[in-house]
Amino acid sequence: MTHWIIAPVILPAILAPFIVLAARYHIGIQRVFSVAGVMALIAVAAGLAWTASDGTIILYQLGDWAAPFGIVLVGDRLSTLMVLLTAVLALFVLLYAIGSGWDDRGRHFHALFQFQLMGIMGAFLTGDLFNLFVFFEVLLIASYGLMIHAGGNARLRAGVQYVLFNLLGSTLFLFALGALYAETGTLNMADVAQRVALVDPSETVGIRLAAVLLLLVFAIKAAVVPLHFWLPSSYAEAPAPVAALFAIMTKVGAYAIIRVYTMIFHPELEVTAGLQTAWLLPAAMISLAIGMIGILAAKHLDRLVAFAVIGSMGMVMVAISMFTQTSITAALYYTVHSTLAAAALFLIVDLVGTGRADLKLTAQPTLPGAALTSALFMVAAIAMAGLPPLSGFVGKLLILDAAFPTSTAAWIWAVVLISSLIAVVGFSRAGSVLFWKAKSLPPPEEDPEAETTAAPAVLSYCAVGGLLTMLVAHTVFAGPATAYMASISQQLFNPEPYISTVLETPGKLSKPTEGH
Amino acid sequence: MELLVASGIGILTAGGIYLVLRLRTFPVILGISLLTYAVNVFLFASGRLAIGAAPVLIDGAERYTDPLPQALVLTAIVISFGMTAVVVMIALGAFLGSDDDHVDDPAAEDAT
Repeated sequence: MTHWIIAPVILPAILAPFIVLAARYHIGIQRVFSVAGVMALIAVAAGLAWTASDGTIILYQLGDWAAPFGIVLVGDRLSTLMVLLTAVLALFVLLYAIGSGWDDRGRHFHALFQFQLMGIMGAFLTGDLFNLFVFFEVLLIASYGLMIHAGGNARLRAGVQYVLFNLLGSTLFLFALGALYAETGTLNMADVAQRVALVDPSETVGIRLAAVLLLLVFAIKAAVVPLHFWLPSSYAEAPAPVAALFAIMTKVGAYAIIRVYTMIFHPELEVTAGLQTAWLLPAAMISLAIGMIGILAAKHLDRLVAFAVIGSMGMVMVAISMFTQTSITAALYYTVHSTLAAAALFLIVDLVGTGRADLKLTAQPTLPGAALTSALFMVAAIAMAGLPPLSGFVGKLLILDAAFPTSTAAWIWAVVLISSLIAVVGFSRAGSVLFWKAKSLPPPEEDPEAETTAAPAVLSYCAVGGLLTMLVAHTVFAGPATAYMASISQQLFNPEPYISTVLETPGKLSKPTEGH
Repeated sequence: MELLVASGIGILTAGGIYLVLRLRTFPVILGISLLTYAVNVFLFASGRLAIGAAPVLIDGAERYTDPLPQALVLTAIVISFGMTAVVVMIALGAFLGSDDDHVDDPAAEDAT
């Protein structure tokens, strides 16, 4: 049994208290440890992804107790990919936070950042539904702290909304877990998957209730309309690096839906047949439409990007809700793309906002560094809107292709294509108002009293550039990436190795006759 | 007894949802507390109700109560207690900062 799989949870869990206790008053030392920790995370995550890439299911039994009695961590292709994506995203976000000085505007940024990573990594790696709840809470409680980092009234108010909404979500999650436990008597994912198959098809009320409640909870996390109301103001008010890190949090919801609804309540399961596809697909299409219309309607740049996140989550959910191998492949490809693009956009919003009074979509005098910022904005907007040549276009093409054989193809094609057009118009309007109209304004009168605004730091640009480079790489290596996503999807639709690895690996208690 | 527990959970949940929809922080926090009480009892009952039975499974035991929901409830109580404390602090900060305890977005701010 390899111990590496628990490292992505343990490493931030040790680093965060260390940063609080030992480096409390030294922002420099905090930065060094935080960056070193994230670098180590990337190395570990890459190693895990490499191990899992040949189809191995990495199993870790905590305390050597056998499943389903003990808690297990499971790394398959999907979860190790998400862990790697989180670690890479975290590095660029952290570099931006350091470059822009955001981490120094409040206290304990780095410690909370590490706790947040711990929760996200745990949520991706756990093989137990109750532990998924616990890791959700870990990542949420860290995100509450990060969300109101650096304070301010608007941010605190948005923070209250965000916390209350998520508390309700957590309560709903517990109701779902209770219903599931009452029906199956277990919360280990592999064990639940085996037992729901045995549920009597004539008495499906409890299990259908549990399935719908779980779907609701994950849809709140994934910000699917009509459960998206928490997202726009909290993402818009959160500090830029935090909002960029939150780009992975909506994907935690998408990940949980993929995991639970391919393994436990899979589409062929008789007792819950049609439940998720009947509701999820229309909701996803409405999210996509609302997100993209929100891009056009937004009056502030930060709200615009928040709606772009809703739209891109809608796109991911459209692909997921078809529940075929090709559509999950497309969904995974688009998930990676959307995480990187959304994070880059949030950071660019902060670059635009440096030196501006507010983020209203009006022309204001140009500031130092505007040329580079506008170029970055254009690249990120092209990626987000899904124009060629970047990966958003490839992802959209994969989704349209996956939708082609289904009966709802006409609807999906229409919504995806029209909403893309709206997004393109929305982004072009924002870009031209912010960067072109500003050029035509008369230069502001020289005011010797006014403090001159410096251009954003080089490190900030490097972080945004790094994220965009990852997007370009995701496009250039679209062939191998899609092939790997297809192998993930193939593994998801054949869960027998996962289930047998989890349940049949011996540990303590597996043979009660030996009398441990 | 099932009826009593079930209606208790139902009344707590209904009260909680009503309070959550009040849109001011104090009732909303109270409502969330009621909801967490309801969910704790619900979780506890998900292992079936058994009176006067020990939570251990040994050879020859005639009746026993499921110990796992009790462990789950303990975790849920600790988490919801901590979360409520956090939300009270954040809500207090927001109230003291803006002198307004509405949960929704102020309408005037959006219009400008």
